[in-house]
Amino acid sequence: MSDLGFDPSLKKKKKSKKTDESGESPAPESEGTPAVEDELFSGLKKKKKKSTKAFEMSPTPGEEDLSSSFDDLTLKKKKKKKSTKTTADDFEQQLEEAGIEEVPAEATEEDGNVSSGGFTYEELLSRFFTILKTNNPELAGDRSGPKFRIPPPICQREGSKKTLFANVQEIATVLQRNPEHLIQFLFAELGTSGSIDGEKRLVLKGKFQPKQMESVLRRYIIEYVTCKTCKSMNTELKRESANRLHFLSCKACGSTRSVSSIKTGFQAQIGRRKKM
Amino acid sequence: MSTIQNLTAFDPFADTGDSEAQPTNYIHIRIQQRNGRKTLTTVQGVPNEYDLKKILKVLKKDFACNGNIVKDDELGEVIQLQGDQRVKVSEFLTTQLQLPKKNIKIHGF
Repeated sequence: MSDLGFDPSLKKKKKSKKTDESGESPAPESEGTPAVEDELFSGLKKKKKKSTKAFEMSPTPGEEDLSSSFDDLTLKKKKKKKSTKTTADDFEQQLEEAGIEEVPAEATEEDGNVSSGGFTYEELLSRFFTILKTNNPELAGDRSGPKFRIPPPICQREGSKKTLFANVQEIATVLQRNPEHLIQFLFAELGTSGSIDGEKRLVLKGKFQPKQMESVLRRYIIEYVTCKTCKSMNTELKRESANRLHFLSCKACGSTRSVSSIKTGFQAQIGRRKKM
Repeated sequence: MSTIQNLTAFDPFADTGDSEAQPTNYIHIRIQQRNGRKTLTTVQGVPNEYDLKKILKVLKKDFACNGNIVKDDELGEVIQLQGDQRVKVSEFLTTQLQLPKKNIKIHGF
């Protein structure tokens, strides 16, 4: 136990900072995951919503691209006129001005061009997507097919100290994972132990709510199921026998990445001590 | 003349922050259930240059909980705290000790 590099002023700092920092940090803590999680579990609750949402979302990037390219066009024009005066700082303002002044004019031009064909860009885009969706929904980014719907975890209390996790097997098959791997992860993450009963349900020691199980499952899915490159959940976990590492290979895009093995870590001694 | 804005804005070779090299010295914050609705938080893998005893003293005072340091044969010294202090501990580690957030892993439900 050495004082190496430990800042003795640490304690004081904490005290002084405590008041103003207490309110800040907790919020960002929880921000990162929900978005991903919602995507993952949306199949459960708002399946219908999602498909429409994806559909509505997709046109927007295109539109933005267009408008930004307009901006670029207008910028160039502006610059030639006023380039003697401008500095980098003024440029921002000019950008705004240019956006307000000149874009409408160009937009009307553009509209004229498009409507001469009879369709606006948005109409064509939505038409394209409806056709694509009816013919091959997988290409339209509609991933709410039956394969990727994860059933919500069913937790029952068994006695007062144990929890029955009824549909592990089902979830594992949906995720295309070995149930043993999933169970191992659950044990490590929850810091408990348990067993599988006659009907292949998991009995966990300790009390756990379905909500808690869901958050752990989400973490499992992010770590061991989703492909980092294409976000697909159609993946396979392989164990390389040569180097004893686990590899996750994506069936959709073909990429592979290595996955850390499950480690239990430190387990504190709870309850009665070992008899010496 | 630094007027070509859309060229200067993005440097493709700049460090993106999410480096591929994963840190191996993770700090694991875990939770364990005890009897009833009581829990225990364990903090494993705090770098050696920090004095665990002093950290523990601050943590105990700030979180108003008891705690102690447990020596483990493989994992070194581990801080134990009473109750669910996971979020608070990670906040403390990032703000006070300036540890990068990606090195901290919170386990448990």
